[in-house]
Amino acid sequence: MKQTVSIQGGVHTDLHHDSAIKHVTGAAEYCDDIAEPVDTLHAYLGTSKIAHARIKSIDLGAVRAAPGVVGVLTARDIPGVNDVSPTGRHDEPVFATDTIEFWGQPLFAVVAESRDIARRAAELAVVETEALAHETDVASAMDAGYPHVTDPLKLERGDVREGQKAPRRIKGQMRVGGQDHMYLEGHIAFAMPGEDEDVIVHSSTQHPSEAQHMVAHVLGVPSNAVVVNVRRMGGGFGGKESQMNLFCAVAALAAKTWNRAVKIRPDRDQDMESTGKRHDFLVDYDVAFDETGRIQAVEGQFAARCGWTSDLSGPVTDRALFHADNAYYYPHVRLTSRPMKTNTVSNTAFRGFGGPQGVIAAERMIEEIAYDLGRDPLEIRKANFYGIHGDVTPYHQTVEDNILPRLVEDLEQDCDYQARRAAVLAQNAKGGIIRKGLALTPVKFGISFTATWYNQAGSLVHIYNDGSIMLNHGGTEMGQGLNTKVAQVVADAFQVDFDRIKITRTTTEKVPNTSATAASSGTDLNGMAALNACDQIKARLVDWAVGRWNVTPDEVQFHPNQVNIGGEVIAFNDFIKMAYMARVQLWAAGFYKTPKIHWDREKGMGRPFYYFAYGAAAAEVSVDTLTGEYSVDRVDVLHDVGKSLNPVLDKGQVEGAFVQGMGWLTTEELWWDDAGRLRTHAPSTYKIPLASDVPREFNVNLADWSENRERTIKRSKAVGEPPFMLPICVFEALGMAVASVKDYAECPRLDAPATPERVLMAIERLRG
Amino acid sequence: MQTRDEIRFLLNGRDVAVQAVGAGDTLLDFLRIDRRLTGTKEGCAEGDCGACTVLVGRLTPTGLRYEAVNACIRFLASLDGCHVVTVEYLQGPDGRLNPVQQAMVEHHGSQCGFCTPGFVMSLYSLWMETARPTAQEVETAIQGNLCRCTGYAPIIRAALAINDYGSAGADHLARERASVTDRLMALRDGRRVSVSDGTSRAILPADVDDLAAVLAEAPGATIVAGATDVGLWVTKQLRDISPAVFIGQIDGLRKIDRRDDGVVLGAGVTYTDAQDIIAEDYPHLAAYWDRIAGWQVRNMGTIGGNIANGSPIGDTPPVLIALGATITLRRGGERRTLPLEAFFVDYGKQDRSAGEFVESVTVPRPRGGHHAAYKISKRRDEDISSVAAGFNIQVENGVIASARVAFGGMAATPKRAAAAEVALEGQPWGAPAFEAAARALTSDFTPLSDMRATSEYRMKVAQNLFRRFWLEQSGEDARLKSA
Repeated sequence: MKQTVSIQGGVHTDLHHDSAIKHVTGAAEYCDDIAEPVDTLHAYLGTSKIAHARIKSIDLGAVRAAPGVVGVLTARDIPGVNDVSPTGRHDEPVFATDTIEFWGQPLFAVVAESRDIARRAAELAVVETEALAHETDVASAMDAGYPHVTDPLKLERGDVREGQKAPRRIKGQMRVGGQDHMYLEGHIAFAMPGEDEDVIVHSSTQHPSEAQHMVAHVLGVPSNAVVVNVRRMGGGFGGKESQMNLFCAVAALAAKTWNRAVKIRPDRDQDMESTGKRHDFLVDYDVAFDETGRIQAVEGQFAARCGWTSDLSGPVTDRALFHADNAYYYPHVRLTSRPMKTNTVSNTAFRGFGGPQGVIAAERMIEEIAYDLGRDPLEIRKANFYGIHGDVTPYHQTVEDNILPRLVEDLEQDCDYQARRAAVLAQNAKGGIIRKGLALTPVKFGISFTATWYNQAGSLVHIYNDGSIMLNHGGTEMGQGLNTKVAQVVADAFQVDFDRIKITRTTTEKVPNTSATAASSGTDLNGMAALNACDQIKARLVDWAVGRWNVTPDEVQFHPNQVNIGGEVIAFNDFIKMAYMARVQLWAAGFYKTPKIHWDREKGMGRPFYYFAYGAAAAEVSVDTLTGEYSVDRVDVLHDVGKSLNPVLDKGQVEGAFVQGMGWLTTEELWWDDAGRLRTHAPSTYKIPLASDVPREFNVNLADWSENRERTIKRSKAVGEPPFMLPICVFEALGMAVASVKDYAECPRLDAPATPERVLMAIERLRG
Repeated sequence: MQTRDEIRFLLNGRDVAVQAVGAGDTLLDFLRIDRRLTGTKEGCAEGDCGACTVLVGRLTPTGLRYEAVNACIRFLASLDGCHVVTVEYLQGPDGRLNPVQQAMVEHHGSQCGFCTPGFVMSLYSLWMETARPTAQEVETAIQGNLCRCTGYAPIIRAALAINDYGSAGADHLARERASVTDRLMALRDGRRVSVSDGTSRAILPADVDDLAAVLAEAPGATIVAGATDVGLWVTKQLRDISPAVFIGQIDGLRKIDRRDDGVVLGAGVTYTDAQDIIAEDYPHLAAYWDRIAGWQVRNMGTIGGNIANGSPIGDTPPVLIALGATITLRRGGERRTLPLEAFFVDYGKQDRSAGEFVESVTVPRPRGGHHAAYKISKRRDEDISSVAAGFNIQVENGVIASARVAFGGMAATPKRAAAAEVALEGQPWGAPAFEAAARALTSDFTPLSDMRATSEYRMKVAQNLFRRFWLEQSGEDARLKSA
């Protein structure tokens, strides 16, 4: 029989986000929308108003006495351990005890009958302190001899001293700013006490298992007493990977203390002041190269503003080094990280996880070479791509799947790069006020958690005896469409329509010991785990059918919404009903671990990444040389997602990542005052892109010819983070426009973010 | 005068009457906590993200008008006599998606979905006014809406396609216009409203004279017009604003009176209300006006409030000072009028005594000359100025006869650049005069450094605005197309 129909919503098809209708009607339930039980209490954090100090006393009398306040929680009220450090370094107290390490550090929580009461009461604390010298800036922290928050990493290959004998050599420094996640839904946790030691916490976390373990740790109970649930997040971007632990712990502690439901939701200012962000970096680079622009040696030091604790700064600064080559082969290389302690909020995961800061440093070195030699930076890029002179990365992994030469070539042609560059040069040569810039930059991004054990995932798939399917997996939905994609995998496996599958909230009750939904890994890991569960169920069904119908296994075929058994066609529902009556187990727990990867951090050698994702983008900008204002006139993107599970959702990820990355490099500026207080702590002062900042012409395409050479889920590739680095082309195009005022004689050396102010000041500097 | 002790309005077509209303109670909390209408989200509680966008319909001289506003900084008391529409009302009785919602689904305009109801409401408001908007009109309508996931491109595509999914005329909000108008008319009883939650009080005077009377009784009251600043005192600084006197509902203060010598804007006139008439007299202000805050804030915020709050970085004072605007203050029955620049005494200090209120602002009619308005900010839209400037140069016989140049963001108050003006006046209309004025600017201002800009940048860019002004006047391409 010829197959003429296919299932609705299978793999490699465009499908709406499964919650799209609920999003537009306001019916999608976020944590703060969950109906509150009668007598729900509300907690609020009281935080420090000084950047670094010894605590002399904390008087909470007025807080306790405020009408409607039920009580307060301090470090003394913690029955377990006063620590929510995600890496087990025991350096992150829930509440400060004797020292304040940054402005905004939680000191206590107040619990009251309403959020408004709690929030007002938190202001009534009287905190006596003895001020200590503070350092908020990474350079000043190094000067002041501040410690590392975690062990630095060194990556080394070849002989740097030898390589530095190359004919040309440039040393420079680049500042790369941090970034606030500015997820539209802030941090929130909502805890309900249960019997015995039990507590259930609803939250908006990317890492329910870690939140579960942290709550247990703080309460001093085993993990099996704690359930963490996440239906969806209003954005995460890494900001809710480890940072929600605090809120989950405080809500759970309060819920158990007063035996009432307790919700905690900081306002936007507290969210931004007291939870971590993307790491700022200060990069010192030293690149040696020959007259043709070929890199001979790279030496780089990547110092990061980590804040007061380690949090995830170790793996973040590691990943910066892993990406300090971007797409380029360095014959001799030595890279070191300096994860600096500072008196600022502890920086954390953010889309790209240090990778973008590594990539932008690589691109700066390319710029340096190009301006030094008077060449088009694109030529320098191509001359140094992996595959021409070498394929081994600074961490000794061989790049086996490089598609950049083709991808960049395609983009260069499609966007008419050469002709447009000539036009831009000609326009600038007229010497007007408005200058243009054009740049094309590539991205190569390593996929896998560098903490190898995180590369595992679980799922739980039920088929009920009416043929409906319930899907659960360890990943969390934060808008990226993970649930949609994994459900497509399940629909494809059973050959049933997508809407037969119910996507459920993520809960630690169904799949234990999950990894964070992070590192772009959500679909790779959970899709495979779900497929594994489906395969188990299918194997049982086939096994049963072989005996029941006396056919070979090959003769049992899953066709769209029906099963063909040796020519007999049975509707899927009927088949399942029969299987149930025959006592076939219709559910399975799936598991997956990424193959091939290994990493020896001490030696700086291994294969930390299963594969690489690639992309490239070209940007054309206009810059007002009187004010530094600019516009992004056109952007062309060609991005590799392998064989896409859902092209329209993947394209959405690429567009969104591009604009978010553009924000990081243009208008999003974190600014601390002299007292060590972050003054850009709400959207009124911290400016993420708006609709009018989107490139005036924005062409985004997927490299539809690409397939993952590794056996990933349906040969697709991860998409969350890699496109975040595409807008480095915008940054570099701005640099070109700036450099035009000195006829490109000098590398513009823009620091990020390239606010209008930095652009104008760079112009002024070049003009002398 | 009889007072009423409850707020009455319509919420999603239903009558609402609330007695226990505090001065600082917000519409957002009322919706989410009291009414469990959780489709409206809190993203920032300062009117900067738009996740809480709802529509407020009010009766205007031209009929019922629905505007997108931020529920987070909209005080509940100010809704007396209005129709509040939330995302829950869009689907209509039959449960089918509204065309705006359908377009957003079809074009993948949501990812995490948290900002989505706010976008839907802003786009709904746009679509009711403009069935087939341009991309630029879409961008203007969603200036006050942040999305962190999509990069906006799919939302813009959806917005451009809404009319493919249905016509605004057939929408139930349009079909209910007459009945809603009647019901809102019926709510108007001409009485002063005074409500309290037991600890704080909100007063809505019946008219301008009543406002004067209320302020005579309570000279220390907080005057609330659009609440786009006062709202943040409450949501961010937890300030007690009681007693709060609301003026946005007073018809007499929302009047725009176009006289031969000037356009008189009542203190309750919003940026949106004034936009067309200002741009008609002064076309150079059309684009500038679109860069004041975001759409929702322009629909709420008033020019009177922008002046009265005395901020050194308000967007309207520099350009209005340059035009020679005046301000009229009233206490009881007494009025006085002064040049706008004279109102700003020092940082946080204005020439307004207790019990006195800003009644109107008068913008002179144009009398030729060369004009420009500039706003420099980190982000193009919905940002606070690093530097704002208004230029008004009169030239006679090739000589600069008079120069009025005012800046915001350069000093503790909006301020004229006196030395620069002197450097311009009497000079031949040409580049050297503007170079001299730019140099003179250093004796006018010593700007401060903060999170928006450094002192050096502020001074440099302010000086360069004189150069830009001259280049533009002499026909050079000296501004980005989008600026």
